Amino acid sequence: MSYSGVWTLAEAKDGKLKRVAFELLTRGRKLADKLDEELASLIISNDVSEEEAERLIAAGADKVYLVNDKKLGNFIVENYSNVMVDLIEKHKPEIILGAATTLGRTLLPHVAIRVEAGLTADCTELDIEEETGNLLQTRPAIGGNILATIHTPKHRPQMATVRPKSTAPAEEVGGREGEIINIDFDSELYDGRVERVGFRTSEEEDVNIVDADVVVAGGKGLKKAENFAMIKEMAQYLDGVVGASRDAVEMDWITYPHQVGLSGKTVTPKLYIAIGVSGAIQHLAGMKTSDNIVAINEDPDADIFKVADIGLIGNLFELVPMINERLAQEKEVEKVEV
Amino acid sequence: MKIITPIKQVPETSNVKMDEETGTMVRDGVESIINPLDLYAIEAAIELKEEHGGEVIAVTMGPPSAEKAIKEAIAMGCDDGILLSGREFAGADTWATAYTLSRCIDDIGDYDLIFCGLQATDGDTAQVGPGIASFLDLPLATYVSSIEDVHIADDTTYTEPDENYIELERLLEEGYEKLRMPLPALITVVKEINFPRLPTLSGKRKARDKDVTPKNSEHIEMKEEYLGLQGSPTRVVNIDRPKVTRGGKMIDARDESKQEEAVEELINYLNANELL
Ligand SMILES: Cc1cc2nc3c(=O)[nH]c(=O)nc-3n(C[C@H](O)[C@H](O)[C@H](O)COP(=O)(O)OP(=O)(O)OC[C@H]3O[C@@H](n4cnc5c(N)ncnc54)[C@H](O)[C@@H]3O)c2cc1C
Ligand SMILES: Nc1ncnc2c1ncn2[C@@H]1O[C@H](COP(=O)(O)O)[C@@H](O)[C@H]1O
Repeated sequence: MSYSGVWTLAEAKDGKLKRVAFELLTRGRKLADKLDEELASLIISNDVSEEEAERLIAAGADKVYLVNDKKLGNFIVENYSNVMVDLIEKHKPEIILGAATTLGRTLLPHVAIRVEAGLTADCTELDIEEETGNLLQTRPAIGGNILATIHTPKHRPQMATVRPKSTAPAEEVGGREGEIINIDFDSELYDGRVERVGFRTSEEEDVNIVDADVVVAGGKGLKKAENFAMIKEMAQYLDGVVGASRDAVEMDWITYPHQVGLSGKTVTPKLYIAIGVSGAIQHLAGMKTSDNIVAINEDPDADIFKVADIGLIGNLFELVPMINERLAQEKEVEKVEV
Repeated sequence: MKIITPIKQVPETSNVKMDEETGTMVRDGVESIINPLDLYAIEAAIELKEEHGGEVIAVTMGPPSAEKAIKEAIAMGCDDGILLSGREFAGADTWATAYTLSRCIDDIGDYDLIFCGLQATDGDTAQVGPGIASFLDLPLATYVSSIEDVHIADDTTYTEPDENYIELERLLEEGYEKLRMPLPALITVVKEINFPRLPTLSGKRKARDKDVTPKNSEHIEMKEEYLGLQGSPTRVVNIDRPKVTRGGKMIDARDESKQEEAVEELINYLNANELL
C-alpha cells in the first residue's frame, strides 16, 4: 500500500477542539488540494463528541478519526504515540501535521522516530514541491536569522509541527460532507508507566501568552518590578496578556511563563507591543512573526524598531501613561456606542 | 545514581552576524559554547548527584573540537564525558542524531536518568530529547520546570521496578502538570528549573587533567545506514534570509511637545488595523 493523504492532529481540551486544530486544517486543505488527496484529522481524547468532531468536517476535513477513551484523558506521550503509530501503520498517510505546542512538540518527535519519518519543527510555511510532490517545510532557525526550507525525499510519512497562529483558522461552513470514524482504544496500546498525579494552574491568570491575541511586553527599560503595573494596565485595556524579556524575568520583576523568546515562548499575536525592550535576537526570535508590532524605546537605534510596524522613540515613563489614558477613553467610547 | 546529559556545542549566537550577501552565518571568530539551554540540564543532573550520590556523564556528538564542551561540563561538576566524533556522523538531522546518541547511551548502560536541554539554540528543534526517549523506549517528560522527588530504593537487590521513581512538574501552556514516572527516564528541562553554576577553579583543573573518551561507530554498535546524512530523512533545500526590517513608521517623541501627537498616531494605527 502506498502512502496517501494528509493528516492533521487536532488537539482538544475539556471536550472542545482548540483553535489551532482549525489552523492546521487551513494548512492541510491547501496541501491536500494540491496533491488531490484526502484530508483527515485525528483526535485523541476522552471526551470529544461526534458533534464536536463534525466541526472539523465543516472546516474542511474529509475524514475524522476519533479515538476516545478514559485512559487517554491526559496527554501521556507514550499512550498517544502508541495510538498514532498504530493508525499510521494501518492507514499510511503521506503527510502529518501537528501544532508546535508543548503537546505537538513532544508527541511528533516520539512518533517520527518509530515510523522512521522526517520531521521538521515549528514550521511557518508549508507547500508542495511541483516536480516531486514532496512537502516543502519552511522554518526560522538560528534564532530567526535564517529561514530554512526542508524536505523529506525518501521517507514517508512526512511530518511537521506548525507554529500556532501562523495562519488563520479554517472557517466552518454548513453542508460539507465527511466521515467520522470512531476507533476503539486497544488496551494493548496502553503504557501504564507514567502517571499524571496533579495539575495546578499558574497562580497568575494571564500566563497563556501563546494563545493570546494581544501581548504587551515589558523589558529592562521598565527599571523595576512595580512599573510592570503600567504594562498590565495596558494589557487590560487591550484584552491582552503581559509578556516580558528575559532580562525582566531574570530581575524577578515577573515570572518565567511570561518570557518571550528563544528560551521562553514563541508568540504570534495580532498585536505585540514591546516597551523598554531592546530587541535582542533571542527576543525577536519569539515575536517577530506577530501580525502587528508596536515598539516604544528611547533609543532610536534599538533593534526592536527593525521589526516594528510603528515605533515610538521616547521615554516610556511619559508615553505609556499617556497611551493608557487614551486607551481608557477609547474603551469608554466603545461602551457608550454599544 | 547514574545520570547522562547529552549536550550540544553551538556557535555563541548572542551577537549573530549574518553575511548580507550569502545569507549565511559568519562563523569566523565566533566562539563555540555549550548550548546555553543545556546548562540547565547539567545543573539539574549535578544537583541530583550531590543529593543522591553517583555520577554524571556528559555526551556530545560533534567535531573533535567539541571536546571543549565536554571539558566545560566536567569543570561544572560532571564526572566524565564522551565525545562522539567521526565522519560517519556528519550531516545528521534530528532523527540520525537521536539514533546515534541513543546507541551511545545504551552502550554506557545502567543509567537512571537522562537530562537534555529543551532545545539547541542553533537548530531550535527540541526533537532530539524526545527522539532519544523514543529509541530507548524510556518514559519521557518534556518542559520540566522542577523536580519534586526522586526515590531510589536503598537495597537494590530486591527492587521492584516501580520503587525507583521521579516526580516532577512540567510547564505547559495552561499551567503545571505533575508526573510520576519510573526510572530510568528521560527529561528535557526549561530554564525555570534552576540557576546553572559557573565552573570552579578546581573543576577546571579536573577537566584539564581528564581524558575525554572519543568514540565512533567502531567502538559502539550502530547501523551504518542510520548515521549522518545517509540516516537523515530530512534535507535542507534552501536557506533564505528573512526580511530584517518591516520598514515600519518611526515617530520621534523624544521632545515633550511631540508626545501627544505621537500617542494620537499610535491610537489611529490601532484603530485603523482594528486592534482596539
Ligand atoms: C541563549 C540565550 C537565550 C536567550 N533567550 C532570551 C529569551 O528567550 N527572551 C529574551 O527576551 N531574551 C533572551 N536572551 C537575552 C537577550 O540576549 C537580551 O539580553 C534580552 O532580551 C535583553 O532584555 P531587554 O531588552 O529587556 O533589556 P535591554 O537590552 O537592557 O534593553 C532595555 C531597553 O530599554 C530601553 N529603555 C531604557 N529606559 C527607557 C525609557 N525610560 N524609556 C524607553 N526606553 C527605555 C533601552 O533603550 C533598551 O533598548 C537570551 C540570551 C541568550 C544568550
Ligand atoms: N549533537 C548533539 N550531541 C549531544 N546532545 C545533543 C546533540 N544535539 C542535540 N542534543 C540534545 O538534545 C537537545 C535538543 O536539541 P535539538 O533537538 O537540536 O533542539 C539539546 O538540548 C541536547 O541536550
